[in-house]
Amino acid sequence: MTEPNRPDWMLKVEGLGKIHGAPDRRSLHDTGPEHGTSKSRLTGSVVAAWNVSFEVAAGEALGVIGESGSGKSTVMRCIAGDQPATAGSVRLARVGDGATEILDLEPAARRRLRVDELAVVYQDPAEGLDLRVTAGGNVAERLTAAGWRHFGDIRSRASELLSRTEVPLERMDDLVATYSGGMRQRVQLAKALANRPPIVLLDEPTTGLDASVAAGVLDLIRNLLEELGLAAVVVSHDFRVIEMLTTRCIVMHHGRVVESGLTDQLLEDPHHPYSQRLVAAARS
Amino acid sequence: MTLADVLPEASPTPSGGVPTSLPPLLDEHAKREIRRTILTAVAVPGYQVPFGSREMPVARGWGSGGLQVTLAVVGSGDTVKVIDQGDDAGVNAVNLRRLITASTGANESTVPEESTIIQSRHRIPEDELRSDHIVVLQVPVPEPLRGVERDQRELARMHAEADYAKMWVSLYEDKVRNGVITQTTGYPCLVDGRYVIATTPIPRWDIPRLHQAPFLTLFGAGREKRIYAVPPHTDVEPLTFTDVPFEVERTPGATCATCGSDRSFLVEVPAATGSRWVCSDSDWCRRRQKAQGHD
Repeated sequence: MTEPNRPDWMLKVEGLGKIHGAPDRRSLHDTGPEHGTSKSRLTGSVVAAWNVSFEVAAGEALGVIGESGSGKSTVMRCIAGDQPATAGSVRLARVGDGATEILDLEPAARRRLRVDELAVVYQDPAEGLDLRVTAGGNVAERLTAAGWRHFGDIRSRASELLSRTEVPLERMDDLVATYSGGMRQRVQLAKALANRPPIVLLDEPTTGLDASVAAGVLDLIRNLLEELGLAAVVVSHDFRVIEMLTTRCIVMHHGRVVESGLTDQLLEDPHHPYSQRLVAAARS
Repeated sequence: MTLADVLPEASPTPSGGVPTSLPPLLDEHAKREIRRTILTAVAVPGYQVPFGSREMPVARGWGSGGLQVTLAVVGSGDTVKVIDQGDDAGVNAVNLRRLITASTGANESTVPEESTIIQSRHRIPEDELRSDHIVVLQVPVPEPLRGVERDQRELARMHAEADYAKMWVSLYEDKVRNGVITQTTGYPCLVDGRYVIATTPIPRWDIPRLHQAPFLTLFGAGREKRIYAVPPHTDVEPLTFTDVPFEVERTPGATCATCGSDRSFLVEVPAATGSRWVCSDSDWCRRRQKAQGHD
């Protein structure tokens, strides 16, 4: 009997695809960057994302960049389980030693993964938080979902997380609805990291924040990723965010991956015309 | 024209205007439907089973759910006790008891030992109940998660997946805000290790008495059209943090002003010269006084 070997990645995505409307594969023939659209004239379906593949190792952050409508958030939502995927495979190293097909799990089992395997930080804090609950209560929800039943332990773990994400502890018992945007995002981070998940998906985590606040939150995210050795997928339209947080990235356009590589190289020497336009826009 | 001409039944009769016999309030089909619902509720302890709540000659919210459950399980050989806040003589209790006995031919009593069915709002009698007792509780809000989630589909999902994290958060917030857990009646309990129920309308005091009880407890919510059950010998565990012990209501030093009890659920009665405490279960208190010799 041989011990099953843990793969060297934490998250592996293969051939992930999402078609809105009839899942007719003929839609693939007249969509994508070369056709300049993700909506098929043949079938009327929208190919939001197709044939997206990547691996992320522990301690590594992968960027997914593209303009709005390019399918990058769809990819994230299919991995997270917020949307059902049309095709492809998603596996996590810690679930069935990387052999379990996450997309085939029942909805309840997929939601359980969100408790301590796969955390998500949304652009809009209202998606990841209950605004009618205190900051501490939001973190407590994730802890109680993981079976924590000791009030003192929950309280001290919530304080620890909130101070780590730089939320003033004197505001820990205030409703999140009374927080500013930047503070809400910090609470969302604390909640996402509550049960030490090995993988975190960040969807435009600083979009919509003031430039100075965004810089602070970005700094925090970078430190957390490094310190906790997380495997991260960072979805953003902003090359500055991708540059600061990730070492590798993929560029998406009209639902397809048009280029992938090391973030530094891609920024220095983009090959695909669309990547060149994106970089030019970021550098201007 | 006199009032008696318009309302002949309102004129005085030997029974004080109260009819001693009424036609059945539920037809046989309705009884069967409610009994089937009850069987499902007993088979899946703590699960809220929908039922076709009928119009009753009491307002919804005044015990129409409990009344339908009682009418579906009662037979002419049964003896029914009805209490409201522990009191057999409350207007609502008297009204419901008359409706039940007059329309079914069942007997009535205020003593649990003589009764087979005990319909109640807000209390379980202090007496030890037997395995042949059925306790019927009138429930205003059967959904324990109503306070933390309003979306019906999300509520169904939470129960289906036993995802009660939000309920725990509400207890956490209660403790943070108030230093203690203040929720009293309707305290959330886990039944048979699976479903969380609202133990409305009984106080925390009565919750330990539901745990592994020898009797069957049926919860009927007429307005919300739900029936759920705690079968005999079933675990009923209040949701409690491991380091914050579950406590029942108790006022140190308080004893019943009429029977002297310090081991029953007491309620405060305001009076001109300071308030006093009396047993909430008035019939139990009355029997204790009688046994002590002052009638």
